[in-house]
Amino acid sequence: MPDLLIELFSEEIPARMQKRAADDLKKRVTDGLVEAGLTYAHAKAFSTPRRLTLALEGMLAESPTVREERKGPKVGAPEKAIEGFLRGAGLTMDQLEERETPKGNVYFATIEKPGRPAAEIVAEVLADTIRNFPWPKSMRWGAGSLRWVRPLHSILCITSDENGAEIVPLDVDGIASGDTTEGHRFMGEGRFAVTGFEDYEAKLKKSHVILSAEERAETIWADAQNLAFAQGLEVVDDKGLLAEVAGLVEWPVTLIGDIADDFLNLPPEVLQTSMKEHQKFFSVKNSKTGRIEKFITVANRETKDNGATILAGNQKVLFARLSDAKFFWENDVRTAKAGAQEWLDKLGNVTFHNKLGSQAARIDRIAALAREIAPFVGADADVAEKAARWAKADLSSEMVYEFPELQGLMGRYYAEFAGHVAEVAAAATEHYSPLGPSDDVPTAPVSVAVALADKLDVLTGFWAIDEKPTGSKDPFALRRAALGVIRLILENKVQMRLIAPGSAVHAGFTMLVTAKHIRGMETKKVDLLSFFHDRLKVFLRDQGIRHDVIDACIAMDGNDDIALLVNRAKALQAFLSTDDGENLLQGFKRANNILTQAEEKDGVEYSYGADLKFVEEDAEKALFEALDKFEEPINEAIRSEDFAAAMAGLAGLRAPIDAFFEAVQVNAENDVVRRNRLNLLSRIRKLCASVADLTKVEG
Amino acid sequence: MTHTDSTPRSFQEIILRLQAYWAKQGCAIMQPYDMEVGAGTFHPATTLRSLGGKSWAAAYVQPSRRPTDGRYGENPNRLQHYYQYQVLIKPSPPNLQELYLGSLKAIGIDMDLHDIRFVEDDWESPTLGAWGLGWEVWCDGMEVSQFTYFQQVGGHDCAPVSGELTYGLERLAMYILGVDHVMDMPYNDPDTPIALTYGDVFKQTEEEYARWNFDVANTEVLLRHFEEAEAECENILAQEHIDPKTGKRIIMAHPAYDQCIKASHIFNLLDARGVISVTERQAYIGRVRALAKQCADAFVQTEAAGGAAA
Repeated sequence: MPDLLIELFSEEIPARMQKRAADDLKKRVTDGLVEAGLTYAHAKAFSTPRRLTLALEGMLAESPTVREERKGPKVGAPEKAIEGFLRGAGLTMDQLEERETPKGNVYFATIEKPGRPAAEIVAEVLADTIRNFPWPKSMRWGAGSLRWVRPLHSILCITSDENGAEIVPLDVDGIASGDTTEGHRFMGEGRFAVTGFEDYEAKLKKSHVILSAEERAETIWADAQNLAFAQGLEVVDDKGLLAEVAGLVEWPVTLIGDIADDFLNLPPEVLQTSMKEHQKFFSVKNSKTGRIEKFITVANRETKDNGATILAGNQKVLFARLSDAKFFWENDVRTAKAGAQEWLDKLGNVTFHNKLGSQAARIDRIAALAREIAPFVGADADVAEKAARWAKADLSSEMVYEFPELQGLMGRYYAEFAGHVAEVAAAATEHYSPLGPSDDVPTAPVSVAVALADKLDVLTGFWAIDEKPTGSKDPFALRRAALGVIRLILENKVQMRLIAPGSAVHAGFTMLVTAKHIRGMETKKVDLLSFFHDRLKVFLRDQGIRHDVIDACIAMDGNDDIALLVNRAKALQAFLSTDDGENLLQGFKRANNILTQAEEKDGVEYSYGADLKFVEEDAEKALFEALDKFEEPINEAIRSEDFAAAMAGLAGLRAPIDAFFEAVQVNAENDVVRRNRLNLLSRIRKLCASVADLTKVEG
Repeated sequence: MTHTDSTPRSFQEIILRLQAYWAKQGCAIMQPYDMEVGAGTFHPATTLRSLGGKSWAAAYVQPSRRPTDGRYGENPNRLQHYYQYQVLIKPSPPNLQELYLGSLKAIGIDMDLHDIRFVEDDWESPTLGAWGLGWEVWCDGMEVSQFTYFQQVGGHDCAPVSGELTYGLERLAMYILGVDHVMDMPYNDPDTPIALTYGDVFKQTEEEYARWNFDVANTEVLLRHFEEAEAECENILAQEHIDPKTGKRIIMAHPAYDQCIKASHIFNLLDARGVISVTERQAYIGRVRALAKQCADAFVQTEAAGGAAA
């Protein structure tokens, strides 16, 4: 069975698109081949800055012949029907077969689609793949109309087996396929022909191209570490940068260089960001001091001076870049030392959202919310307000203007120069967290207060102006903000109501409610709460908590206290996974069904206390006693929000309830006894309902 | 920089070598456009000639002005007046990358010692309504050129596609000549009896223009000039295609485009004077783009664009 090798050779493909493009090439070509009946044993795709490569092993030499049987009209059917059938099948009368069926004799046609040679199919599929390739951005060049990410220069397409290699002929907009490619732009030596994947990979390596991006990344990383270790230093890990750099070179040569002394006192993050963003350098740090002292750059070639010229050039560029960074830092520090009022004033001119006012207005709201939240998280209200007022100041700084990704971090550095306490400094960085589901959640009380205030302001704000997320559209990352609130509350065990009067959301809406475009604050609060509940369900589902268990708890009062809600849900889920819990649930459901039916039939609600004097059976009496025994402890546990204890109490009821249903007929002949029993069941229902709405639990 | 016999000795030598190189590649060596522009792309030899179906190959130096970049000649790299070297070839030849690398060799960059890289950089000019895909070219980590395949100009699809190369001459020359401050760079041969540095030629003008750009330029006059240029551009384009005097079909795309260039530069000056707010900025850019688009619409109907003669 032959192998297939495809290489699409072009001008430099943007690094960020290479991996995806290799995957797309593999998927599109293999899907096309398989659809045409050409199966294969194994496929691998590769990318370098100038090529996408696909290698298939063990492909069929031709697609299998396909036989299809078609049932036609009855024998003796009108001429026209038979003619039509023949036309559709592409056959003549003598090729039809007559067969007996229960409905009489019927014509059958066997249509045979002969297999096609692999080369023919490959040519079609590849041409189609090239013409419809899903590049994120593509272009035309010269006088042609073909679109590719950058000009496409050659197509290598060969099949090979033990008898040798053969070109698969195809032509896409004047680019004819062949069996040749070229190596490194500067270190290679012209075009060469290949006979199969192994030959191709080996010849490329000889021409100074490492085909595999993983191999290039590994080489870079190993060399970088060795260079750093040799100087007693350590490379700062950066997987994203490594992948990008591996996509910028075909023949990586790693070089280590110095950072001029003038810049060593800049914050390490500034050095790192400037070097990474502008120069794609790795940072090399002294692990004892945490300072970044050197850089690593990856060139695309070897030189006879062992990279000395390249390194000197890079160092020179870095000097200019870091001079800029140092200039920004010094200006910012001067502003911070002067109290940074200038920054805060500037934020008054920056629009946050045209319906929600300026950044300065938003900061006022966050400051007010931080004060409200402070007591719930154990923070000092004055410090929390101060932290909130400082948290966004760095958005006006020159450094953050240049490197937006340093927001928050610069605020922390500059806080010190502006004379703020450590908590305020920390909150500047930490209040943005958590950014993603796996991001750390701040724990310092002031940071927690500002982080919650920041997110709740965004949520109330966008709810107030009806800019809620819809479907996949969430331009203001409100889902992330809601999840952030949930994680901040849960991981810091914050007991705080979200929408009740006096809560932060309530306060947030109240601040916005004066604006004339806001109506129906109550509806919006409820809607926002259900948004939180939706996020919470997703979050808890990932932690293995069942959606019906959460629903049963959301149905309870105080459901805007997220911590309480989750405690309840966790206790309930734990309880339901025990034998007692499972049986008690059944007992509850049975009681509830009987009650509901009786109440519907009788048109009354059975909620009077049952009376011991109408009790007839032992099991009935035992249930009475059990309820008397457990009712108060359960209620007490609920009052003190100890749901585990409440569930333990319910567990004690399981056996008496089971025994009751085993031995007692609720719908007794005697109406007094019947009503008494229904009232007894109502005690079970009431007690269970104080724990959670078990009617929402499945099973 | 390592110095070999082929290393140029002055700023002007680098320019002369580029001129000779591109002339040898068959480009028409044009002269700078005689108006103030922000970049070589504004020269009609690029903007207008990248439109339409006719083949074209041109190279030229273009003095470029960016008033906001003025630093009174003190910053080692920033100037309000600087030079770009511009090459435009339509249709873009298949070996344009090789031709470009050849030009680096011609100005003394030893390919065996340096690391040349093509790093993704898409180009967009909101004022010209133009965009293209390409790279910034790095030499040892420094951006030395922009390399762009024009996809659209003035709102028109480019077919065929032009390949555009733009060299920032001062930066490139400083690197090749091993100079750290632009004003120290030899302008002519340093061994010549009257050796001049870049500073001898431009230090004083940088100061003069920085002062004028930032503090003195009469904004009322500039605002009026902007309006007038805009009105004149539209007036020119509103004329009948048939000239009543000669009876010939004369579409005045170039004179109209001059007014567009003028409006664009006046906008840059106003920007430097700090009299344009963030919201107004977008509106001004939009007005210039509208002019550029109308000029492009006019040009594609002309013979130079291969437009219909009717």
